Amino acid sequence: MRNMLSSTLVDYATRPEFVFLTGDLGFMALEPVRQAAGPRFINAGVAEQNMVSVAAGLARTGFKPWVYSIAPFIYARPFEQIRNDVCHHKLPVCLVGNGGGYAYGVMGGTHHAIEDYGVLLALPHLTAYVPAFAEDVPAAISRIDAANRPAYLRLGRDESPQGYQPPTYAPWRKVIDGVGPTLVIVGPLAGGILGALLQMPEAKRPATWVLAELPIDASTIPPSFYEDLRDSDHLIVVEEHVAQGGAGQMIALALLVGRAAPKRFEHRYARGYPSGLLGSQAFHRKESGLDPGSIVAAL
Amino acid sequence: MIDLLRRARLRLLQMHYESGVGHIGGNLSCLDLMLTLHHRVMHSDDRFVLSKGHAAGALYVTLWSLGDLTEDDLKSFHKDPTHLAGHPPPEGIQNILFATGSLGHGLGLAAGVALGKQLRKDPGRVFCLMSDGEWNEGSNWEALAFISHHRLNNISIIVDLNGLQGFGSTKEVADIGVLADRFRGLALDVVCIDGHNPESIEEALRLDPADKAVAIIATTVKGHGVSFMENQMAWHYLPMNAEQYLQASEEIGRR
Repeated sequence: MRNMLSSTLVDYATRPEFVFLTGDLGFMALEPVRQAAGPRFINAGVAEQNMVSVAAGLARTGFKPWVYSIAPFIYARPFEQIRNDVCHHKLPVCLVGNGGGYAYGVMGGTHHAIEDYGVLLALPHLTAYVPAFAEDVPAAISRIDAANRPAYLRLGRDESPQGYQPPTYAPWRKVIDGVGPTLVIVGPLAGGILGALLQMPEAKRPATWVLAELPIDASTIPPSFYEDLRDSDHLIVVEEHVAQGGAGQMIALALLVGRAAPKRFEHRYARGYPSGLLGSQAFHRKESGLDPGSIVAAL
Repeated sequence: MIDLLRRARLRLLQMHYESGVGHIGGNLSCLDLMLTLHHRVMHSDDRFVLSKGHAAGALYVTLWSLGDLTEDDLKSFHKDPTHLAGHPPPEGIQNILFATGSLGHGLGLAAGVALGKQLRKDPGRVFCLMSDGEWNEGSNWEALAFISHHRLNNISIIVDLNGLQGFGSTKEVADIGVLADRFRGLALDVVCIDGHNPESIEEALRLDPADKAVAIIATTVKGHGVSFMENQMAWHYLPMNAEQYLQASEEIGRR
């Protein structure tokens, strides 16, 4: 997805309002953007607070800054700058976090971003974009550009099965028209689970939705999702994010308020570090019951 | 200019008294700087960022003196509802670029504006007024390194060096030695002035070197012009009672 970000932004780099800032990261990925943007590609150094304030200053005078770091570093250290400088002013600054969730695996907890969009979505005017497939990235970037307001783009790895063609990008997308429980998966986690579900006999596959934009309220949920939910009366929400502030809580609230709550609701989320041990992204997902095997078993 | 400074000071006192609001000490220390900058130095291409957002009162009075705010606007200071909050708001008042109030934000914001000007080859300077206690914040040093590295020579940093911060003097709390030396170490052009002398202020603010950002370290007096407020930390916080307001107004009126 990071390479897709890079190749997409090369096309934006000629626009007069384009400016790209990185917190000293992006080796072997952002070089084409640097080449295309020239002086409007700025390595702001290992100084995320200042980078976000500078981006806000640029945005206030007509630029549309893209601000890059790895996901854990883009939202936590400069949180107050994001709140005061970007969100309170409704500025079109897009924070790009590469490697959301447990993506940086055995690098350890300092490098994980499992509460990123929950934290950021507590702020006003901000939308989080969590593309699930590499093909989603250009579409998400286009929507961020058009929205012209604070954004967080959480990138991961496209994990979909080889040859899989995802449906056209949308905040809510139905990827399997199935039976049984209704499944909602946030972001790239969908790819691996989709691989396992597509191995199942067609008649046993669950109706599966991929969610790529947050926050959620009743007005953003498509009518066909409600229809699926009426049929199944059983909803499972899966996300590589802690329960607090996550998509599961938002969907549950929206359904309760909309008097559309299913009889059964399950939330599968990042449980942190239950064993106290560290490992790969796959290890941490399994500990939280987010791996494809655990999801299939839960159906 | 002297008459303007006096009238603005009186209006500031009146506004804070009528609204029962403190923070007057740090407003009085930087009012001369802000007024001289806006009336004698800034052009339409220049931009101003108030990093010490608790000097919002001085900013509102400055904007009033320029005709950007009305008497009625000032009467709404700290009232329900208002745009004139205790710290500058993000919208609703022309010529306020940024809502500030949490210290350590203004310089990075100003750096972004200055960088944008350089990228577009736009004329004009960016003036950022900061407190001295604010230099405790690490983000300012990040911003300073950025300004120095990117040679943002279109920025002027003004430090209101009144020597007092939230709960002690700057020397007691986190003495960083001579601020001018720190700035020079980061390749800034440094000028030290009396922050209550309009001629010195104007001369320093007009500096526009080709290759360096400027830091103007203005020695000031917290609560300047009011004998019982001068250099008293209490006046970072306290509102005036009627008697104090009367005395303060008389002292300012006599200057």
